[in-house]
Amino acid sequence: MLSPVILLPAILNGLMTGAIYALVALGLTLIYGVLHIINFAHGALLTAAMFAAFFAYTLLGLDPYLAVFVLAPLFFVAGYALQRFVIGPAAHGEDRNFLLVTLGLAVLIENALLYFFRADTRTIDLPYAFNVIELGPAFIAVPRIVAFVTVIVVALALWAIMQWTDTGKAIRAVAREKLGAELCGINVTHIFAITFGLGTACVAVAACLLIPTYYVNPTAGEAFVLIAFTVVVLGGMGSVAGALIGGLCVGVIESLSSVFFGESLGQIGIFASFIVTLLVRPSGLFGARA
Amino acid sequence: MIEPPASEPLLAVNGVHAGYGGSEVLRGVDFAVYAGEIVTVLGANGAGKSTLSMTISGVIKSWQGSIRFKGAAIERKPPADIVAQGLIHVPEGRRIFPNMTVRENLDLGTYRRARSRRAANRDRVFAAFPRLAERQSQRAGTLSGGEQQMLAIGRGLMAEPELLLLDEPSLGLSPLLVEELFALIKGIHAQGIALLLIEQNVVQSLEVAQRAYILDNGCVVLEGPATDIEKDPALRRAYLGL
Ligand SMILES: Nc1ncnc2c1ncn2[C@@H]1O[C@H](COP(=O)(O)OP(=O)(O)OP(=O)(O)O)[C@@H](O)[C@H]1O
Ligand SMILES: [Mg+2]
Repeated sequence: MLSPVILLPAILNGLMTGAIYALVALGLTLIYGVLHIINFAHGALLTAAMFAAFFAYTLLGLDPYLAVFVLAPLFFVAGYALQRFVIGPAAHGEDRNFLLVTLGLAVLIENALLYFFRADTRTIDLPYAFNVIELGPAFIAVPRIVAFVTVIVVALALWAIMQWTDTGKAIRAVAREKLGAELCGINVTHIFAITFGLGTACVAVAACLLIPTYYVNPTAGEAFVLIAFTVVVLGGMGSVAGALIGGLCVGVIESLSSVFFGESLGQIGIFASFIVTLLVRPSGLFGARA
Repeated sequence: MIEPPASEPLLAVNGVHAGYGGSEVLRGVDFAVYAGEIVTVLGANGAGKSTLSMTISGVIKSWQGSIRFKGAAIERKPPADIVAQGLIHVPEGRRIFPNMTVRENLDLGTYRRARSRRAANRDRVFAAFPRLAERQSQRAGTLSGGEQQMLAIGRGLMAEPELLLLDEPSLGLSPLLVEELFALIKGIHAQGIALLLIEQNVVQSLEVAQRAYILDNGCVVLEGPATDIEKDPALRRAYLGL
C-alpha cells in the first residue's frame, strides 16, 4: 500500500488540487490581511465566476483558459466596486457590519444564481479535459497541470506587485498602519477596494481553472471556500506565502487521506490537520505568533 | 488704529470645532501660520493638540469653522488631497510602517507628492540622517525609538512639505536626541519650510519658535511672540504647570 507507485501520484495530484485551494485562500487571506475582515461572500463570488466561465464557454465558445483574461479583470472591477460602493459604505468601518454585509451579499448572490439557473449541476466538455501527461509513475490530467502552473504564476505576480509597485507598497502600508498611510497621501478607501478587487480576481482565475474538470451549481464555490478557510488558518491569517504553502499542503493531505481512508473520507484529513494546527500552533505556519 | 494689511497666512484656522462621536474636543480654535515661520502649539495632556493636528490634516472632519491652506479651503478635503497640497503631518507616535524597510517607508513619503524626485529626496534625507542610510534595508519595526522618529520625520520631508506639522516629535527621545531634534527643526526651517510644532518640551519649543499658542481644554487661551510667552511666568504656571 505504501509503494511509491501509489504515493507519488497521490502526492502530485494533491499538489495540483491544492494549488486551487491555495488560490482561493490567497484571495481570502489578502482581504483579511489588509481589511482585517473575513469575506463571507468569497464562496458566492467563486460560484458566480464559475457560472461566468461556464457561460463564456457554452454561449460564446470562449475556452476557459482564454476567458480568464476577460474574467479576471472583470471580477477585479466588480470586487473593487463592491467594496468601494457597497460593503465599505454599508459597514461604516465596523467589523461586525462587514461580517453581516458580506454574509448578506453571499445570500443575495447565491439566491440570484439559484433563481436564474436553478439548482441544476452543469459541466462543460472540453476536448483536452481528459488528456494526461506522464510524470514518472503518475499520469496527471492536463487541466491540473495548467492549474498548478497558473497558480504559481499568479502567486508570483501578486508577490511582485506587493514587493515592487507603489500600489503594492501602499497595500502593505495600509495593512499595518492605516493612519500613517493616510498621512502619506494614500487613499485608504481606494486601497481597500483594490485589495478586495485583487481577492475577487483570484476567485475568477480559480473558477476558470476549475470549470474544465469540475461542475457548477449555485453552491459549487462553497466547498472550496470552506477548505480555503482551513488553508488560511493553517498558513496564518493574512499571510500570502502561508496561503500558497498551506493550500498545497491541504491538497496533499486530502489526497493522501483518501488513499488511506478511502475516497469519501479524504476531507477528514483536512479537518483533522485543521484542528491539530489550532491546538498546536494557533497562529498558523506563517502567522505572527501572538 | 488700522493695521497694515498682513500677507495671507500659509495656514489659517478659524473657529474650528471638532471632536469624536458626540464629545467636542476643539471648541472654536483660531490660529495661523505664516510662510517661513515656526509656530508652536503648547498645552497640557488632553488639551486637544493632537485632535487639532488631525483636523488640519483631514483625518478628523471639523464640525464647524474653516481651515485654509495657501488660500484654499481644505476643511472638507480628504487627507490625500491635503498631502498633495504640501501640508505634511508627522503624527504623534510616529506611525511608520513596521513591516517595511526604512527605504520603503521613505519612498512611500512620495506616494502622492514629489514622486519624480524620489531618489534625490531620499539622498537628502539620508544625508540628514546618516543612521537611516546605514539601515536602509532594515525593517522599520526593528529600529530604536529615536531612529523611528527620524524615519517618521524623514518620510515627511520626502514629500517636500511647504508646511510641516510635527506632533510631539521629541516624545521618548533622550535629552541628547532632543537637542539633535531641535537642531534639525532649525535646519528644516532654514530651508524655508514653515513648521507647526506641537510639543511638551516647552522651553526648547519656545526657543526655536517665533510665535506660540497655548491650548487649554480645546480653546486658545494665550497667543503671542514666543519670547513674550517664555517670559511670562504666571501664564506658564497656569497652563503648563511649570
Ligand atoms: N479617538 C478618540 N476617541 C475619543 N476621544 C478621543 C480620541 N482621541 C482623543 N480623544 C480625547 O480628546 C481629548 C484631546 O485629546 P488629544 O489627543 O487631542 O490631546 P493632546 O493635547 O494631544 O494630549 P497629549 O499631550 O497627551 O498628546 C482627550 O480628552 C482625549 O481623551
Ligand atoms: Mg497629543
